[in-house]
Amino acid sequence: MAKADFEIPELKEYPEVPKVVPGTMAHSQPFIAKPEFQEPLGFPGELPEDWHDKAISAMGDLLGKYRSLQVYLDSCVKCGACTDKCHYYLGTKDPKNMPVGRQDLLRKVYRRYFTFAGKYFPKLVGAEDLTKEVLDDWYSYFHQCSQCRRCSVFCPYGIDTAEISMAAREIMDRIGVGQKYCNEIIGKVYKIGNNLGLPEAALADTLEGLEEDVEEDTGVAVKYPLDVKGADILLVTPSADFFAEPHVDGLIGYGKVFHEAGVSWTLSSKASEAANFGMFIGSYENMRRVSMRIREAALELGVKRIIFGECGHAWRVAYSFLNTLAGPFDFLDPKYPVPQHILEFTWNEIQKGTLNIDKSANDDMVLTFHDSCNVARASRMGPEPGGQFKIPRNVIKAVCNNFYDMAPETIHEKTFCCGGGGGLLTDDLMELRVKGAKPRMEALKNVIEEHGVTNMAAICAICKSQFTKVLPYYGLDMDMIVSVHQLVSNAIILTGQTSEDDDDESADDAA
Amino acid sequence: MSFLTIAFAALFYAATLLLVVGLVRRIMLYWKTPAPLKIPTTPAPVTQSGVVMRMFREVVFFESLFKSTKWTWLFGWVFHMALFAVLFRHLRYFTDIQWLMAIVAFVSPLFKYLAFAMIIGLLGLLGRRLFVDRVRYISAPSDYLMLLLLLLIGISGAMTTFVAHTDVVVVKQFFRSLMYFNFGDMPNLPTDPFILVHLFLVALLMIIFPVSKLLHAPGVFFSPTRNQVDNPREQRHVADWARKLEQ
Ligand code: SF4
Ligand code: SF4
Repeated sequence: MAKADFEIPELKEYPEVPKVVPGTMAHSQPFIAKPEFQEPLGFPGELPEDWHDKAISAMGDLLGKYRSLQVYLDSCVKCGACTDKCHYYLGTKDPKNMPVGRQDLLRKVYRRYFTFAGKYFPKLVGAEDLTKEVLDDWYSYFHQCSQCRRCSVFCPYGIDTAEISMAAREIMDRIGVGQKYCNEIIGKVYKIGNNLGLPEAALADTLEGLEEDVEEDTGVAVKYPLDVKGADILLVTPSADFFAEPHVDGLIGYGKVFHEAGVSWTLSSKASEAANFGMFIGSYENMRRVSMRIREAALELGVKRIIFGECGHAWRVAYSFLNTLAGPFDFLDPKYPVPQHILEFTWNEIQKGTLNIDKSANDDMVLTFHDSCNVARASRMGPEPGGQFKIPRNVIKAVCNNFYDMAPETIHEKTFCCGGGGGLLTDDLMELRVKGAKPRMEALKNVIEEHGVTNMAAICAICKSQFTKVLPYYGLDMDMIVSVHQLVSNAIILTGQTSEDDDDESADDAA
Repeated sequence: MSFLTIAFAALFYAATLLLVVGLVRRIMLYWKTPAPLKIPTTPAPVTQSGVVMRMFREVVFFESLFKSTKWTWLFGWVFHMALFAVLFRHLRYFTDIQWLMAIVAFVSPLFKYLAFAMIIGLLGLLGRRLFVDRVRYISAPSDYLMLLLLLLIGISGAMTTFVAHTDVVVVKQFFRSLMYFNFGDMPNLPTDPFILVHLFLVALLMIIFPVSKLLHAPGVFFSPTRNQVDNPREQRHVADWARKLEQ
């Protein structure tokens, strides 16, 4: 078990709603972005003297731009239905991590400056001035929201705390109080093209290495092309796929699927990153700028389709916003939706029967599936509502023999966040990440005990990284988290493949 | 006309004006504020008629609340539905349309008991606010006052039906004169305390409606997570302020 200087929550068989303990997480704050990382994003470097007025006017500006914000700040009736729905509250007991508690940090200021009741009867309606303490609370608690939208499922008015967190972060950015992790990453995307700052040469190297590995394993020359003009498909995938475990196994899988489907595809060094952290900081402008690279890459390479790899929030931005932000995509082949998810592609090929699959290759695993928040509650796959739940499971079941879902109140649109989404996947927030993972860990532990589950598949780079890091705190093995396309990769028998087993561990158990 | 009658007449004109102007302004604000990105909480309907169905289930059955907390749903739903039934019964003070009156008269004997359901629902909600530590934490004084106000309206109203019968014919005449600005026919309001308290609190409720959390009533229809069609891949959705970035 990993060492921690905070208490690791104890997992219970039945999740309990804790009693509120105010202030347990008041100390949790991410590092502040330095001025040199603020400015490229169009934000001031540090807190100006008139920050108070600037913040209020930024709030006014956003209220006029986002109906969600205006309606949500007015509509809450304090029914309390959302109070026990946030994984961060369940894991930390801090009432400011209850969705309505979090919203109220912004709402009390909104009321004070923008509503009749708050201007004239502040005490009565719980309105408060914006002070340095309030700003401090904002910085703490709006960086304890993974924007997972679980609360929005349960609120009778659909109030989405993610929208409020995004607005709060944008206000803070506009007064120079940015979050280091997010803002540095966006800067790297502008400069180098991806979150990890991998230059083109390194990318090319990595892909060449992958080709060699796959050929060594299978005897088949599967290509992992970069910047190929005239390819049919542009694949945009999170940069973690280029090197980290288990992400890279997913990338290997995409390549095998494309290879067997006989389509031409390419990655782009210009848009070598699917993630769009502009969403996490609530900045339309930055989200748009990050999205435009994909349009430009598609135009330069002359592709016909755009497909996204396994990444949760990237898929939200792609599915829900890309067309709006960077469209219209009328230069692409109108036969296909723009963009598509790699799972839509793979599921389609499986249904067509193009892939030769040996399910027993995954017999060493008993699987469960973690619905990523952004996919589950903010996007879709396929034509039907709910396709985002079915298609990943269909693919898993098509390539594995052993699959069990976690408890129904913890999957699909009620899925629990991994604890690291929304720009919180940074080491300075480890305590929050571990505690926030508690509800997911509980559900996982239950299927481990009931069904002997050995592995959990996920389709989000952040989920995968977060689980790898957090599982050991709960006494579980970090390797138990796998990519869905890793499973696909294991099970595909490539045309002309020489060796049956492409890796040695699975050889032992395969009957 | 008695001073009391004149005072109440003035109060109801003021309350109605504030309610209507306040609500219209708020609704215009919601209407005009752009929703620059599609953010329905999925799985969401992919057609407009699907959205209408979703909204209908939300408004009539409180679907999301049912998913979240059964107790809150039970008390909240019972309170709202009873409130609407009782309000429907109140139509008899405002209309002479025959068929409508017939329906009201038909349901009246049953609906009048729903005042108790309304009170029980409100007491349940108040109990939750007092005894569940999480809900207590998020409650401001106004949240309690709002429940108390509604409770008193319900109780005083029930009193006029079940304890000290008010002369409803006179009350009806009073409101019809108000509606048609027909002051010549305006009778003096009955002076029993229950009806006066009831009417006073109703006017108060109308006045604070547009500046309070009661805005959830129009708000729910404007909630993008609930009222948007899930079709962003098929349709672009650019707000005016965002279009400027495209130049
Ligand atoms: S569920 Fe919605 S209305 Fe109820 S307290 Fe939470 S945010 Fe407010
Ligand atoms: S969006 Fe998710 S993390 Fe944020 S308050 Fe809601 S449930 Fe909690």
